[in-house]
Amino acid sequence: MEIGLITLAIILATLLGWLLKQSFNTQPWVAEQVSDTAHHGPFGGGSNTKLIALTAFLAVVTSFFALIMSAYSLRMELGDWVPMTEPQLLWTNTLMLVVASGVFQWTRNAAVKGQEGRLKPGLLITGVLTLGFVLGQFIAWQQLQNSGQFITNNPSNAFFYFLTGAHAVHILGGLYVWGRATLKVVLGTGETSAIRRSIELCTIYWHFLLLVWLILFGLLLST
Amino acid sequence: MSYVAYADRDHEQEHHDPDTFITKYIYSQDHKVIAIQYGITAIFVGLIALGLSAMMRLQLGFPDDFAFINPENYYQFITMHGMIMVIYLLTALFLGGFGNYLIPLMCGSRDMVFPFMNMLSYWVYLLSVIILIISFFVPGGSTGAGWTLYPPQAISQGTPGIDLGILLMLASLAIFIVAFTMGGLNYVTTVLQARCKGMTLMRMPLSVWGIFIATILGLLAFPALLVSAIMMLFDKTLMTSFFMPAVSSMGTDPGYSGGSPILFQHLFWFFGHPEVYIVALPAFGIVSDLLSTHARKNIFGYRMMVWAIIAIGGLSFIVWAHHMYVSGMNPYFGFFFATTTLIIAVPTAIKVYNWVLTLWEGNIHLRVPMLFSIGFIFTFIHGGLTGLFLGNVTIDLPLSDTYFVVAHFHMVMGVSPVLVVFGAIYHWWPKITGRMYNETLGKWHFWMTFLGTYAIYLPMHYLGFAGVPRRYFAMGNTDFLPDSAQDLNAAITVSALFVAATQILFFINMIWSLKSGPKSDPNPWDATTLEWQTPDHPPKHGNWGHELPEVHRWAYDYSVPGYEDDFIPQNVGTDIAPAGRDHGGEH
Repeated sequence: MEIGLITLAIILATLLGWLLKQSFNTQPWVAEQVSDTAHHGPFGGGSNTKLIALTAFLAVVTSFFALIMSAYSLRMELGDWVPMTEPQLLWTNTLMLVVASGVFQWTRNAAVKGQEGRLKPGLLITGVLTLGFVLGQFIAWQQLQNSGQFITNNPSNAFFYFLTGAHAVHILGGLYVWGRATLKVVLGTGETSAIRRSIELCTIYWHFLLLVWLILFGLLLST
Repeated sequence: MSYVAYADRDHEQEHHDPDTFITKYIYSQDHKVIAIQYGITAIFVGLIALGLSAMMRLQLGFPDDFAFINPENYYQFITMHGMIMVIYLLTALFLGGFGNYLIPLMCGSRDMVFPFMNMLSYWVYLLSVIILIISFFVPGGSTGAGWTLYPPQAISQGTPGIDLGILLMLASLAIFIVAFTMGGLNYVTTVLQARCKGMTLMRMPLSVWGIFIATILGLLAFPALLVSAIMMLFDKTLMTSFFMPAVSSMGTDPGYSGGSPILFQHLFWFFGHPEVYIVALPAFGIVSDLLSTHARKNIFGYRMMVWAIIAIGGLSFIVWAHHMYVSGMNPYFGFFFATTTLIIAVPTAIKVYNWVLTLWEGNIHLRVPMLFSIGFIFTFIHGGLTGLFLGNVTIDLPLSDTYFVVAHFHMVMGVSPVLVVFGAIYHWWPKITGRMYNETLGKWHFWMTFLGTYAIYLPMHYLGFAGVPRRYFAMGNTDFLPDSAQDLNAAITVSALFVAATQILFFINMIWSLKSGPKSDPNPWDATTLEWQTPDHPPKHGNWGHELPEVHRWAYDYSVPGYEDDFIPQNVGTDIAPAGRDHGGEH
């Protein structure tokens, strides 16, 4: 459970640091005027609300994957574990996700600078690449099935399917939000600031899921 | 991008009041309505779980007198009773119910920051409850694996509900977690982002602190339950061997090999122990506010109380294996987990001392909410002390499978939080409904519940010492137990049925109050917190009329020297304060 514990410790320590700053050396019982920003959250005021919610959600997802990885490392120590050979296709998929993340960042930068013309191609390329990643993962599953590597063969196989599946589900969730933003850009509806916000948050989510994937992929390759 | 807080740009917002019955009460996005929906649903399933416990008690008190209770049913009753009470009642009621109602009102915001997601959270929760209830009626019935759902027996032949029951249970849990996550993200974000002007973190009432930290625990701990539920679903449906070792089941080989049941226990309790505090921390917070309000005194050691909540929350993640002493572990691990467990007693004891010191020289009003709060201090100390026993490996090993443990956890996380739930409902009932309840009936309800639960759980400690095993349908050949153990069991059953029956007083009171209770004052307890200062009573959609409140002081300005009234609401300005005042000095 070390992986889960260390991850949680990092999350809790971050939160604790901020809480300490808020509460250290305060005298709550003294009625006095406080600054106009004293009621703001860790990232500032209200327009960052979605960013806070996303950060909290990423903490939940981090906990989720860290716990699966904890289970992975505990289960691996038992005698019947036979390491699995990962399909080569995963490298291609990884490349697609890396590029998707990069293009999303490029699109985000364009959105922040107000270069509206770049949004549509940027979003579409990101979407195609990300869908390509999910499809690629699915094909990798097919390849494994065809070579007789079923989920029941060995716990390492079972974890492979579980980890990749759980990751893909999170990507699909991201694609839903991406789809809504893209639809607004393509149809030309929606407020510019809202679309920009959506793109900014999606970019963070994409980078996060890329990071999760790189960690998972590293774990799968090394064991 | 300009950083403008919710409270700062309130004038820019438009507030659309829902106008049809459906948008007002069914598909409502108003946090107060969602809170009531959560509350009613949770209490409804809680009553089912109460009924199940009555049936278990009938069998234990009067074995073989009731033909409709057979061993399979009994295990199903145990399982569903535990699961419903811990997750579908207490977690949902404290966070979905009180969290939803109190966070926006106490923080001075108009609603949760994501009202639609909040509504979705309730409907998804309802779906999980419906699936749970359906599992009672499928062929084979609900699962009888015990509320901890330990493999291998949870998905092995011979356990009741092996076909559909366990599948529906796991599915229902997974859906509940989705619902909780949607609600939880809302609570955390609302507390962080939507506080009104002047409401610093250290001016928040302790109720909000308790709910806030409990939500963070839930958000980080529930994934462990989700992971274990998904992996067990795989073991059950796809025949993987995450948890399932090679077993021979009823003479056949189901095809598993090499899995680790202990792995499940680690994951389960990694969720399961924080879950105790997910239930306890909101209770701690709420009871602090009730004690302070009804004792007309500031809470003793506010900052210590906040930091105790945070410390307990953090520590709750590193004690989980104390639930697994009997599973066997490296003695050094046992030492580690016993130590961390006992360390939790420090912040917890600080809280208890502070509650008692809040009462010290207070102007105590023994109204119904106060009775329940003081009752909570008793039951919580009682259950907490037995926790110190069980936290030690050497004491836990002989006691772990006895009624001592049943008595311990019912006192500490059954009776105690439920007393707070009742206290909180009585306390906020006038705000929620605008009507008063019958005080005398409320007091009867308290005394019968409080004394009745002691009559149930105190004797269980003795049964545990005597070695009466828990989880057993019938005692069988247990010659080492004196016959009087059975008499005690019968007495416990009578008490349990009595306590269950007295809860009807609560419902009669509430229904009477709704129909013909006297209209209540907007602030009947002379409380300081913001929810009692709303322009409308009960508060309407948007909570605050045209303007958001502004906070100038903490939530505990009771009996401030030099003032005529014995309370100063949080939104009263500092200009009423005499220069250089420093009130109390009891910090």
